[in-house]
Amino acid sequence: MNERFIELDRVEKVFDVRKKTGFLRRERREVRAVDAISFTVSRGEMVGYIGPNGAGKSTTIKMLTGILTPSGGRVRVAGIDPSRERTRLARRIGVVFGQRTTLWWDLPLVDSYRLMHRMYRIPDARYRENLDRCVELLELGDLLDVPVRQLSLGQRMRGDIAAALLHDPEVLYLDEPTIGLDVISKAKVRAFLKDLNTERGTTVLLTTHDLQDIEQLCRRVMVIDHGRLMYDGPLTGLHEVGEGERTLVVDLDRELPPIEAAPARVVRVEGPRQWLAFPASESAAPLVARIAAEYPLVDLSVREPDIEAVIAQMYAQQAERVGEAGQSVS
Amino acid sequence: MGTGRLYAAVATGGFRRYATYRVATAAGVFTNTVFGFILAYTYIALWQEKPHLGGYDQAQALTYVWVGQAMFAVMVLGSAGFEEDLIERIRTGDIAVDLYRPADLQLWWLAADLGRALFQLLGRGVAPMLCGALFFDLALPSGALPWLACLVAVALGVLVSFAIRYIVALWAFWLLDGAGAMQITWLTGVFFSGMLLPLNVFPGALGDLARLLPWSALLQAPADVLLGEADVWGTFAFQAGWAVVLLAAGRLLQSAATRKVVVQGG
Repeated sequence: MNERFIELDRVEKVFDVRKKTGFLRRERREVRAVDAISFTVSRGEMVGYIGPNGAGKSTTIKMLTGILTPSGGRVRVAGIDPSRERTRLARRIGVVFGQRTTLWWDLPLVDSYRLMHRMYRIPDARYRENLDRCVELLELGDLLDVPVRQLSLGQRMRGDIAAALLHDPEVLYLDEPTIGLDVISKAKVRAFLKDLNTERGTTVLLTTHDLQDIEQLCRRVMVIDHGRLMYDGPLTGLHEVGEGERTLVVDLDRELPPIEAAPARVVRVEGPRQWLAFPASESAAPLVARIAAEYPLVDLSVREPDIEAVIAQMYAQQAERVGEAGQSVS
Repeated sequence: MGTGRLYAAVATGGFRRYATYRVATAAGVFTNTVFGFILAYTYIALWQEKPHLGGYDQAQALTYVWVGQAMFAVMVLGSAGFEEDLIERIRTGDIAVDLYRPADLQLWWLAADLGRALFQLLGRGVAPMLCGALFFDLALPSGALPWLACLVAVALGVLVSFAIRYIVALWAFWLLDGAGAMQITWLTGVFFSGMLLPLNVFPGALGDLARLLPWSALLQAPADVLLGEADVWGTFAFQAGWAVVLLAAGRLLQSAATRKVVVQGG
């Protein structure tokens, strides 16, 4: 099970950008969209790949599928070099872009599926079985005969996911699969993906801006920024790396002045309720014990920092470091 | 075998896609018929002034008009075919999705375009031709053989038409906006296919050039085969030659385009 299914070894992608700087004058500039990224993903893993706009996420996915050739480094998916054998690899992968569609715009949804049937040479029985399963789980039954252009965004998205799975891909790349969807559609898509991963063991690489996607689906997260891998590990560890703070919410039996319990500090007081922030790396137990001993405690709860805040903090720190480096150079 | 079924499915899709828009088809038939009448009366005036212009008698000239109207949509001489979609997909970056498929880009679009052409032959070709035959004295062949030969010439013409438009569309990889390229192709196509006047009317070097360029495979060639004015096998060879050359050029351009691909957006 520990097979290295996706391997990236010091992969780079450099784009040449030409900028007009004057009449007929152009400046050539190199942009490193992906800068020496290395990671491996085992078969059956479900990994979140996150980062701000322009961080290099989509570029990575394009190299993993073979439509972009890396400028340097080595990429292997299922032992295949994607850019050299794009078509061979294409039969084993599924790709879903939240903002693009693989479906045939003017024709009923089912026509696109028939096309997939032929394109991937799916055996008839297998095709039937997979289609029935997708139709049931993604609730596509009433939509099969509807032209794609008449589908809502959420319906089209579910249609696209089904289209990517009919040929039993070993790995599924999802680029913003829940973008623009309402809460119910998001929940449906997530439940389906979770199912797919646990039941079929499909490897999933998920790019998203929606951190709830990650929180609900992925145990492992990779954070990329400015083309570099900034974090690779379990979701819980991200809090520590981001030096996030946890919050202790304390209900006392009456209004009191702010609690004194270093290293925690009170960040907010509202009647008998007080909010204390403390480093995420510290254990909450001794803090709770001290407050319970010294104050008339009624109730308490510990809140984890939300991932979004942690990542925002990581970005801020990174920007600060870059800024400092820049200053010392000049 | 397997790939054959895929492209057959793509062609069926292309056919059905155009078949969906019935009102547009009816409007197209109407327009082609009206234009057919206008051109027919213009040609009558011209041929009465100059009989046997370009070697056609008046009945042949009128037949040429209605063949032209029948071929108008089939050969994409005025409307737009797949190239509009392809250019748009390149511009928006949706082309990335197409490249993920285990299918050949050129064959894919060719299959879709053949489906389209077949629909337009039936949907937009037959009616104007019948209308022309009803209201004018046309020089139509009586046997089945010239009609069959004409169908072959039409099929070869569709290949050439596709090959030209595929090359034009692929330029969008470099130009990022294909509107200008499409307009130039359209203008060139209207003139050099013989849509305005039969190419054998033009004298001198311009005439010779027009008859040698690939656009003459689209309308002039099938019309002459139907009228019995051309050496059938020579015409087929001429059309097939251009089809092979242009499809190969399209392939070369395609591999250059996919190598340089910088997918826009996302």
